[in-house]
Amino acid sequence: MEKKLFEFKTKTLVATGLGAALFTLLFMYVKIPTGIPETEIQTAYGIGAFFAALFGPIAGGLIALIGHFLSDSIQYGSAWMSWVIASGLTCFITGFVYPKLKVEEGEFGKSDIIRFNVYQIIANAVAWILVAPVLDIVIYAESPSLVFTQGVVAAISNAVSAGVIGSILLVLYSKTRSKKGSLSKEA
Amino acid sequence: MKAKLFDYIDRDNFIFNLSGLTKLVCFICMTFSVMFSYDIRYILFVALLSIIFFRMSGVQFRQIKLMLIYVAIFLLMNFLLTFLFSPKYGTEIYGTTHEIFRLTSRYVVTQEQLLYQVTKLTKYASVVPLGMIFLLTTNPSEFAASLSRVGCNYKGAYAVSLTLRYFPDMIRDYQDIALAQQSRGLDLSKKEKLGVRVKNVMNICVPLIFSTLDRIELITNAMDLRGFGKYKKRTWYVAKKLRKSDWFSMLFGALVLAGSLAMSFVVNGSRFWNPFVA
Repeated sequence: MEKKLFEFKTKTLVATGLGAALFTLLFMYVKIPTGIPETEIQTAYGIGAFFAALFGPIAGGLIALIGHFLSDSIQYGSAWMSWVIASGLTCFITGFVYPKLKVEEGEFGKSDIIRFNVYQIIANAVAWILVAPVLDIVIYAESPSLVFTQGVVAAISNAVSAGVIGSILLVLYSKTRSKKGSLSKEA
Repeated sequence: MKAKLFDYIDRDNFIFNLSGLTKLVCFICMTFSVMFSYDIRYILFVALLSIIFFRMSGVQFRQIKLMLIYVAIFLLMNFLLTFLFSPKYGTEIYGTTHEIFRLTSRYVVTQEQLLYQVTKLTKYASVVPLGMIFLLTTNPSEFAASLSRVGCNYKGAYAVSLTLRYFPDMIRDYQDIALAQQSRGLDLSKKEKLGVRVKNVMNICVPLIFSTLDRIELITNAMDLRGFGKYKKRTWYVAKKLRKSDWFSMLFGALVLAGSLAMSFVVNGSRFWNPFVA
C-alpha cells in the first residue's frame, strides 16, 4: 500500500491520541538522569520519534505537541509554549522518514536505521538549536546566551534519546511483524 | 505516582458552570496577555485576577500543592540560571545601569537586572492558577468539544479526547507492569547502578508501548466499523450551550488581552515597562 506523507486516517488519529497519552506519561515519570543537574534524557522523545516513523509527521507532531503541553500543564499549571512548539516540530520533521520505511512489513535494516537517525538528528538540531531559542526570545524575551546553551544541551540529549530508544523500538517492532512474502508454498 | 490529572469533581459554582469553550478562550486570552507584556504592573493585575478566579472556582489548595512545589523549583532554577548566563541582560534591555552591589566584575547586581528577572518570575507564576483552574474545572470530554468549536479540526479534537481518556489507563498499565517486573527481581531503586536501571526501565516501557500499539489497532477497527470520519462535521454529546455568563466571560477575557496590547503599544511604546528613563 502506498504511504502518503500527510494522510490522516482513523488509524493516524487513534495513534495520535494514544501516543500522546504515552508521551505524557513518559515525559512526566520516566527520565534518565545524566549527572548534570536539571538535564535529564527524556525517554519521551524516543517514543515520539518511534511513533513519527510509524505513523507519519502529522501524528508525530501532534503527539509531541499534545503530550508536552499536557505534561507541562499537569506539572507546572501552564505550558512553556516555545518548547512545546519545538517538541512538536522535532517529531513532525522526524515523521518525514515515514513513507520511506516499511517497518510494518518487518523490514528495518541497517540502511533504515541510518536513514531514521539522519532525519531525527536534523529534526532535533533544527527544532532545539534554532526554533526553540528564537521562540524563547520572541515570546518570552529570554536572554539569548542562556537559551542557546539550553537549546544545544536539549538537542544533544533529545537526539540521543530518539536515536537510541527510537532505533531499538523500531528494530524490536519490525521483528514482531511477519515479513512480506515470508511464506512459501510447499511442493 | 497517582494520576492527579483531571481530578475532576463536579461542583455547582460560576466557574464550573461556564462552558469548556469559554474557559478555553479566557485561558488563552489571559495567558497570551501575560506572555506578551513585560510590564510588571499589568502582570500583577492579571495575577490578582487569576487568584480571585481561583478562589471563585472553589478548587482546594491541597489539590494543587504538589504542582506548586514543582513550579517553585522550576522558577528558582530559571532565576539562578538567567543570572548566571546573562547578568547584564537587564541593562541591555532598559539601557541604563543602576548598580546595587558588585559580586565580581562580571556579576554585578543592578536594578535593571532585578526588575527584568522579577518581572519574568511573576510572568510565569501569574498564569499558574489559570492553568490549574482550567484543568481542574473542565470536564475532559467537554474539553474536546470546546476545542472543535474554536475551529480545531474535529479529528484533532477527537485525538485530544482519546489522550485524556487513555492517560489514566496507561498510568495503571505502567504501574501493573512495573510491579510485575519488580516482583520478578527488577530493581528500579537507587541501589542499582545507573546503566542497569536504564535497562530495567526499558524493560517496563517496551511491553507498555507494544500493548499500546495493539490497542491502537483495536480502537481503530472499532471506530472504522462505526463509520467514524465519514462526514466533514460531527456533533458532541457533552457540548454545553453558551449562556449569557459565557459571553460575558469571553468578553472579559478579550478585554484583558486588549488591555495588555494597549499597555504595550500605547502606554509604554514597547513590550517593556521602563521606569529607569524618566
